[in-house]
Amino acid sequence: MAELLSDRESKILGIIETARGKPAKFRDPHITMSHGAGGKASSSLIEGLLVPAFDSPSLDALADAGIVEIDGLDLALTTDSFVVKPLRFPGGSIGELAVNGTVNDLAMAGARPLALTLSLVLEEGLPAEALRLEVEAIARAAREAEVQIVAGDTKVVERGHADGMYICTTGLGHRDPRATLAPSHLRPGDRILLSGTIGEHGTAIMLARGELGLDADIESDTCSLWPAVDGLLDAAGEGLHCLRDGTRGGVASVLNELARASRVAMVVREAAVPVQPVVASAAEILGIDPMYVANEGKFLAFVEPGQAEQVLAALRAIPGGDAAAEIGEVKADPPGMVLVETAFGGRRVMDQLVGDPLPRIC
Amino acid sequence: MRFVDEFRDAELGRAVAGEILAAVDPDSHYKIMEVCGGHTHSIYKYGVDDLLPPNVELVHGPGCPVCVIPMGRVDDGIALAHEPRVIFTCFGDMLRVPGSTQTLLDAKAEGADVRIVYSPLDALRIAKQNPDREVVFFAIGFETTAPSTALTLRRAKTEGVGNFSVMCSHVTIVPPLRALLESPDLRLDGFIGPGHVATIVGARPFQFLPDQYGKPVAISGFEPLDLLQSVLMVLRQLAEGRIEVENQYARVVPWEGNLRALEIMSEVFTLRPHFEWRGLGFISQSALRISDAYAEWDAEERYSVPGVRVADPKACQCGEVLKGVIKPWECKVFGTACTPERPIGTCMVSPEGACAAYYNYGRLAREREVA
Repeated sequence: MAELLSDRESKILGIIETARGKPAKFRDPHITMSHGAGGKASSSLIEGLLVPAFDSPSLDALADAGIVEIDGLDLALTTDSFVVKPLRFPGGSIGELAVNGTVNDLAMAGARPLALTLSLVLEEGLPAEALRLEVEAIARAAREAEVQIVAGDTKVVERGHADGMYICTTGLGHRDPRATLAPSHLRPGDRILLSGTIGEHGTAIMLARGELGLDADIESDTCSLWPAVDGLLDAAGEGLHCLRDGTRGGVASVLNELARASRVAMVVREAAVPVQPVVASAAEILGIDPMYVANEGKFLAFVEPGQAEQVLAALRAIPGGDAAAEIGEVKADPPGMVLVETAFGGRRVMDQLVGDPLPRIC
Repeated sequence: MRFVDEFRDAELGRAVAGEILAAVDPDSHYKIMEVCGGHTHSIYKYGVDDLLPPNVELVHGPGCPVCVIPMGRVDDGIALAHEPRVIFTCFGDMLRVPGSTQTLLDAKAEGADVRIVYSPLDALRIAKQNPDREVVFFAIGFETTAPSTALTLRRAKTEGVGNFSVMCSHVTIVPPLRALLESPDLRLDGFIGPGHVATIVGARPFQFLPDQYGKPVAISGFEPLDLLQSVLMVLRQLAEGRIEVENQYARVVPWEGNLRALEIMSEVFTLRPHFEWRGLGFISQSALRISDAYAEWDAEERYSVPGVRVADPKACQCGEVLKGVIKPWECKVFGTACTPERPIGTCMVSPEGACAAYYNYGRLAREREVA
């Protein structure tokens, strides 16, 4: 088809592709909400400002956790902040989210979670009862995830500064020797597995804010993913190439990030992606695509083709994993791009969003 | 989802695609414009164009109401948003449309109180909840959304809500279509008519397309099967030498439109003598302003906005891209001065605009086209 393109068109396509291949530049005059949404604006902040500033190979890998080697022991280290509004929502609360979110960053790096630190930023006027509930939620979630809270800090800020409370965590884990997982380890032919239905957490939060006048029975999916990862490492070992949970920006953003990190393409079969009917309906009314909606207990696994079946069986064997599915395949071309075969039978590009999905007028 | 999934049935889609293939002359090239941005969105979302034969090309039209708002007007909105006591409300997709120096999202980051609403009635509710603030609604959209703005204004008047006003940037669909069709270099064979606009104005206003310009049109719904069927209707008209307005979306669109909606629109709005469209220039009688009876709720009367016209760069060739005269990459500023990060014309502002799609999907889009 190349010969059908004129010289000028080829040249212009070349210029665009060169520009796309370069790391995103951070050129915005100030931070907007888009920079926190996990899309292109977030990438420009991370890859354009933060990663280049610190000159660290571990950061360059853009993984969920960094690896520190001490006397031959691989430790995984991660940190996270939680600023969710409202503090409590159907299916969970900020405290539970803080533990599970941190533990899951470790699990996605193939590391068994060991310990957490906990830093609480509390707003003047926060009801003690609300704080007590979150402390209990943190303790319960930590027990369930079998991690210890080993250090902590508290700060109080003036009213109006912290939406009730913010939680910052650090997580320490032990990298499991059964597999070496990395965003750059995807290979053409790898199968893309999804651990369950998508979009529940983000939809639950949107509805819990009460601004949309919509009511539906949707609960956040927040949970610790280590048991599932443990099962997968047993089932596939080195056949497992990468894991990533579909948090902010949803499954679509994760697929795009990994396609770029590994310089591969992905083809996703839309009809194979499990979505609860109630989430699909809410998304339909709001005009957003569940593929871009946040999850807190679902992940993607990239697996050697020969082991896809075993891994899928392992995923389905985990309690709550019945809906796990193979949703697509890694390809060689065009590198950095995610294609979708729509349920209707067409193809399209599933791009990374700039920021949050905004409701459409037209 | 009942009553939705039926219109997304892949097997039926393949069947209609087969009928389309049978209806085209393999030696002809067909260019059909879908006028409405909502159609463009559905076409991308479901990959509808992927099911068409390579010689049937869909040209994305001027019907994205967000993208056609000119920079100067976005600047006016941003200036209002920065007014100290103002809560500025608008539809979500307006937030990222660039003005001359910033977007509403930037204004929000600088401290302006900008809020997304799903309906103008939500904006009115915010006004009632915040009596010590001034609430401005940035009203955009074609005839589809104008009735809800009109209804909100009538309610504000009835209830005497004094701290609410509307910055009216509603536009109408027929004038830009005429402007495109008046062009001697037009290369379009037919039209997919805007189903939501037609729900309000009816199918009848589109009769000028066959009568005066000899172009077939099918008013279409928004599900992928609707769109495929509409393409088939236009192609069959061309094959059979019929030129008329067909109503594919008859389950929603009456020939005469929604008379109550039209009535309230004529009470609350009057035509502006002319209005500037991003990328298309000034088009006479193509937009609505708030009528004198409702002047008290007109933000343009209440506040002094800069009102500075920011000209599209001369090199912008959106008009020619829309007419199908040139390809996006043939525009002088494509990919250099005009990119999705810093768009100039309407075709680049919307991610579904012809230029943005070509910029983002480049070779892939071309593979499909020349396959």
